[in-house]
Amino acid sequence: MTIKLRNVNKGFVREVALQNVNLTFGKGKIYGLVGPNGSGKSTILKLMTGLVFPSKGEVILNGQVVTRQSAEQVSYLTELDMHYEGFTVTETINYVASQFKSFNKKKAEQLLKTLKLDPTKKIKKLSKGNRGRLKLVTALARDTDVILLDEPFSGLDPMVREETVKSLLQYVDLENQVIIIATHEIAEIEPLLDEIIVLYYGEVLGQENVEILREEHGQSVLDWFKTTIRAREDV
Amino acid sequence: MPKEFQSSRPIYMQIVDQIIINILQGKQRRNAKLLSVREMAIEMGVNPNTLQRAYGELERMGVVETKRGQGTFVVDNPNLFEQLRCNMQAEIVGQYVEEMKKLGVSNSEMINLVKSFLEGDAYDH
Repeated sequence: MTIKLRNVNKGFVREVALQNVNLTFGKGKIYGLVGPNGSGKSTILKLMTGLVFPSKGEVILNGQVVTRQSAEQVSYLTELDMHYEGFTVTETINYVASQFKSFNKKKAEQLLKTLKLDPTKKIKKLSKGNRGRLKLVTALARDTDVILLDEPFSGLDPMVREETVKSLLQYVDLENQVIIIATHEIAEIEPLLDEIIVLYYGEVLGQENVEILREEHGQSVLDWFKTTIRAREDV
Repeated sequence: MPKEFQSSRPIYMQIVDQIIINILQGKQRRNAKLLSVREMAIEMGVNPNTLQRAYGELERMGVVETKRGQGTFVVDNPNLFEQLRCNMQAEIVGQYVEEMKKLGVSNSEMINLVKSFLEGDAYDH
């Protein structure tokens, strides 16, 4: 299982979102994608799930170019509210299950229990924390090769964050899956990560193994992130 | 996150130290089974590959052994744990001395400070 971005450029009408991005992600690892707002984190995730397409270059999942159909093999948690307000939690689960063959309902039910979500409650009655939990349930309950999480912790209180991390570790199948997390919460997710990738206005500034950063450079991911960004800004 | 880590040392080494401290304090029993890598990863909120590395290091140090199909067990080796206790003590004393030197404290002052701290502490209890 690999997912690759090869010489990817992505431009939107007025701006360049990504410039010559080359990245390879392999199974068994958890990757962090960090960078300032507008650096292209979400665009990279959307390219991998087939929601947007490169202007140049290619995105390859398991040897095949990513298309709209790749969504079946890629689970994607957006930073937006993505569920219908009028549905109950159960209806939401059933709906997502109807859209993806890779949805594992049994896993979803276990996740609902672990995260203490009331299946009968309507989405519009859920607190922000519970909406965040539900998004995580629908993202993690899929038996896909790739799980992409865009800001899974934003707006969640520290208790929910901790639960989120634990459920993530409990329910992912690292032997078969690759997890990519785009986030601003660098210090918080560091213990979760194998590798970290820094983006800066459409460019990949660096990719490092988290423990090697500490071992060989005596730096945490946050230290490294700051020095990398500063070095770039001084140019 | 359930556990905070210092920023400059590898996380797996900090987990190794924590598990050894737990054994020395008796929180983790000797001759007993450790949580599986996955269980411990969930408990600590840490990447399972990092935990795997910590367990590997503990095994290399002789603190634990893996029994095929049964899991990872803490050994019962009093000499080894005495040695580890001494190493940790030396490390903490070294840090104390280094920090005090940065403040320009002399050797004899350091000793006196520890003494009076302990006496004050004893007085408090």
